[in-house]
Amino acid sequence: MTEQMTVVKVGIADMNTVKTPNSIRTSGLGSCVGVVLYDQLRGVAGLVHIMLPDSSLSKTTPVNIAKFADTALVALVKKLERLGAKKNCLKAKIAGGAQMFQFSGTTDIMRIGPRNVEAVKKQLQQLNIPIFAEDVGGNSGRTIEFNPENCQLMIRTVNKGTSVL
Amino acid sequence: MAFIDNIHSLHLDVLKEIGNIGAGHAATSLSKLLNKKIDMQVPDVQIISFAEIMELAGGSENIVAGIFLRIEGDVSGSMFFMLPIDQATNFAKGMIGDDSIDLRHPPFGELPLSALQELGNILSGSYLSSLSDFTNLSLYPSVPALAIDMAGAIVSYGLIELSQVSDYAIVINTAINEENTCASESVNGHFFLLPDPDSFYTIFKALGVTVDD
Repeated sequence: MTEQMTVVKVGIADMNTVKTPNSIRTSGLGSCVGVVLYDQLRGVAGLVHIMLPDSSLSKTTPVNIAKFADTALVALVKKLERLGAKKNCLKAKIAGGAQMFQFSGTTDIMRIGPRNVEAVKKQLQQLNIPIFAEDVGGNSGRTIEFNPENCQLMIRTVNKGTSVL
Repeated sequence: MAFIDNIHSLHLDVLKEIGNIGAGHAATSLSKLLNKKIDMQVPDVQIISFAEIMELAGGSENIVAGIFLRIEGDVSGSMFFMLPIDQATNFAKGMIGDDSIDLRHPPFGELPLSALQELGNILSGSYLSSLSDFTNLSLYPSVPALAIDMAGAIVSYGLIELSQVSDYAIVINTAINEENTCASESVNGHFFLLPDPDSFYTIFKALGVTVDD
C-alpha cells in the first residue's frame, strides 16, 4: 500500500465525509453525540458532531445545520448520496451523549446528553437507518475515529481506555 | 439579531476589566491558600468560534481537571477553572501533603478530588463575589462540579446554553500561575467566564455602557 492515508477531522457542530482508505475522527465528545453513517459496499462514510437535539431550540437564523440532530442527519445523508452512497445501504454507529457533571438540581438543559441521544435515535428511525453499534451515556468524554475500510469505530476515553465497535 | 454584532471594542474592554477584577481576587485567594506568590496575566477577551475555544483550552483532546459551575441570579452564565492534569496533581500533592497522588491515571482517590473541588470553590467564589461587588448585581454560583476528562468534552458543556443562540462565544480568559517556578512544578490554570447571551446587556447596563440595538 503506497497510498497515503489521511484522517479527516471534524470539529464541534461540524460534519464531513470520507472515502476509503481515509478515516474520519472527532475528538472531545462530551454531551455531544458523534454519529457515523456509512455505506460499506461503496466505502464512503460521514461523521457529524451534534450539540443539540432539535433545531427548534435555535433562536437565530440561519441555522448551523450540523449543530442539531434533526437537520444534521438529513443533510449528512444527502451529502453521502452525492458521494455515491445508497440511502438504503446506510448504517449508523453512534457514540457520546455523556453526562459530564452531576448536579443535584438537574434542569433540562443539564440533561442534554441523554436528550441528544434520544433525538439522534428518533431521527435515524425516521430515516430508516439501522444503528449497528452504540456507546452512549456514562460520564466520560470520548474521541472517536471511523475507518470505512473495515467499518470499525474506535472509541477512546480518558478513564476507560480504548474500545472498538 | 445576532447579539455579537452589537459588541464593540469598548464592550470588550469592559469585559476585560471584569476578568481583571474577578481573577485578581481569585489569584489572591489562591496565593493565600498555597502560601505562594501567584502571577496573573492580563485578561484576554475574545469573540471566538466554538472550535477556537477548544484550542484555547489546549486542544479538545487535552486532559484537564475542569471545575465547572453555573451562575444564576441577575446574570447567568457558565464558569470554568481549568488546570492541566499534571498541575492538578501538583496542587493536590501540595494541599494534602501526599506525594503518591497521581491524577494522570484512574482511579482517582476521593481526597484529591475533594481538594480540587474545594480549590474551584474558593477561586470561583472570590472571582464572583468581587464581580458582584463591582457591578452591584446578584450572582448565585451553583456548587462547583469537577471532572477530569478531555477539555473539549468539559468546555462543550458550558457552551450548550450559548449554542442555541450563536456559533460564537465571548470568552473572558485569565491565566494565573505561580511565580518563579519551572513550568512542571507550578500551578497555572485558566479561568473561562462565559456569560449567557442575555446577560451581556445586564452587565453593560450595570456598568453604564450602552449597547445600541
